[in-house]
Amino acid sequence: MSLMKANLEVLPGSARAVLWLGLIALVAFPFAGSDFYVQMVNRMMILAIFAMSLDLLQGVSGLVSLGHAAYFGLAGYALAFLMPQNEAASLWLTLPLSVLASGLAALVIGFFVVRTQGIYFIMVTMAFAQMVFYLFFDNKALGGSDGLYVNFKPSVEIAGLTLLDLDNKRTLYFFTLGSLLLVYVFLRRLLWSPFGRALSGIRVNEHRMRAIGFNTFGYKLTAFSLAGALAGMAGYLWGVQTGYINPELMGFHMSAHAIMMVILGGMGNFAGAIVGAFGFEYVLHVFKDLPTVGTFNLGKHWQLWMGCFIVLVVILAPRGLLGLIARKSDQQGGSHD
Amino acid sequence: MDLATFLIQLLNSVQYGLLLFMLAAGLTLIFGIMGVVNLAHGSFYMLGAYLAYSLSALLGSLTLALIVGTLLAVMFGLALEWLLFRHFYHRDHLDQVLLTFGLISIFEELRSMVWGDDVHGVPVPELLAASIPLTANLSYPVYRLFMAGICLLLALGLYLLISKTRLGMKIRAGAFNHDMAEALGVNIKLIHAVVFALGVGLAAVAGMIAAPTSSVYPNMGSQVLIMCFVVVVIGGIGSVRGALIAALLVGLVDTFGKVLLPSVAGMLVYMLMAAVLLWKPEGLFKQ
Repeated sequence: MSLMKANLEVLPGSARAVLWLGLIALVAFPFAGSDFYVQMVNRMMILAIFAMSLDLLQGVSGLVSLGHAAYFGLAGYALAFLMPQNEAASLWLTLPLSVLASGLAALVIGFFVVRTQGIYFIMVTMAFAQMVFYLFFDNKALGGSDGLYVNFKPSVEIAGLTLLDLDNKRTLYFFTLGSLLLVYVFLRRLLWSPFGRALSGIRVNEHRMRAIGFNTFGYKLTAFSLAGALAGMAGYLWGVQTGYINPELMGFHMSAHAIMMVILGGMGNFAGAIVGAFGFEYVLHVFKDLPTVGTFNLGKHWQLWMGCFIVLVVILAPRGLLGLIARKSDQQGGSHD
Repeated sequence: MDLATFLIQLLNSVQYGLLLFMLAAGLTLIFGIMGVVNLAHGSFYMLGAYLAYSLSALLGSLTLALIVGTLLAVMFGLALEWLLFRHFYHRDHLDQVLLTFGLISIFEELRSMVWGDDVHGVPVPELLAASIPLTANLSYPVYRLFMAGICLLLALGLYLLISKTRLGMKIRAGAFNHDMAEALGVNIKLIHAVVFALGVGLAAVAGMIAAPTSSVYPNMGSQVLIMCFVVVVIGGIGSVRGALIAALLVGLVDTFGKVLLPSVAGMLVYMLMAAVLLWKPEGLFKQ
């Protein structure tokens, strides 16, 4: 039971209220914020989808993947390859294909990595992601170290009628927000489905799950592929928003940052991943924006501050914000609804 | 491929493998005994290389730089263990991953602040600067043989330390059963500190002796870290013997891959790892 509480699968009423307020704020934001901030929040929402996809592995199934960025980047590359040089391709074609590309890669790599556990799983997911990274980094035909441009935003048409104009920043924002909501609702339902319960069981005690007849390999492989596909959806949106994709997006730093996002909010319930992604991106923004003191440019060395921030979080609040809330509500002896 | 080229490549692969072993040995010992995933292990290699760059310029000799640099690295390792790592031995792997990732970010940025982001060369000591002619137009640099020799010596030393000395016995006892060893009066905290510092020292020495051939550059630690992960996964966590054999295997596959199949060379090592995972998911020499 204690493991369950630590993961806060059932969100306390206060957390739910905060989420609703957050949603209202997100809907209202484009009408108040400047273009710059609308784009920044758009990026945060994309990263929130990415973090939620990792949470399915890290928080729900107990599989710490240090190579999740590979699937994020792959879909972006798929979009770049599918987009012609001189006209926009359809979203109905490029989105499913890009997500499929990431999902398939995760299925193939998952076939190897899911048989390992603990430390091995961490190292092997990282090694395979690095393999994908170098495949793109070293091959000029795949964009090389410079990456690729996505020349157009995909068109969203039904029977020749333009449904959404993704070139419009506000439209793209709401499209991303819709995707975020969709993925969140999907994952929350998945969490409480028999499949989700089985994954939770695997996290708590895989041997026991196997002993009572669950094919844990199949469950873990499915979760790994699904998480890869959802990361792909985030990567696709990233490619659409920025119009540019490079190997760094698949790199080891991106993967570690995603783990940090999931941790920061609190893992295992997807809401924490969203909060964590927003929080992490915001902190990153603050660090990169630090002023110059004397001749010393603080913002240029953001990586140093980020490193210190991560170390401090691990020492002081290893289970993130929701972990702190859980500790507090445990002390009060309160029960969750 | 003629015989001379083959021999040169064979020498290169053995030398690369031995270098990887120096890193992987420390990594696998730290995993095996303290149960810590140390992503920052590659940073110690980078630290060694940059120390070699600065100290050899300062002291005028690579040999002196090696001695001073090793001492500095070991001291750094002890401080780091005392300050941070010892509080993480019983924590979740997830926490260890984040802690050591945070450290990588800090080390990389400090490196950039102290040494800048340029690529630097480290001169080969004059004594070892010669080449041994093999055929009319092929020769082999003496320094590379020297590197392989140092690695072999250290590997032998490590073997003797672990299997023949009293300290080694305690290390093995700690790896086998941590609590029992402590109950029998082994100062396990001291053993942990020693093993950690040993790992840092080995990684730094590897970085220092590699510096003249590979030059020193930003992010050199991350690349080598991933190769070490592959070695440790193939060899089996905690097994020093497994790390040696896996390191030589990886060196062989990587070096000959680059010569024979350059288009897929980058992938070959990972394919080797995938094959081992299918065959023995816990590595070739799981203890």
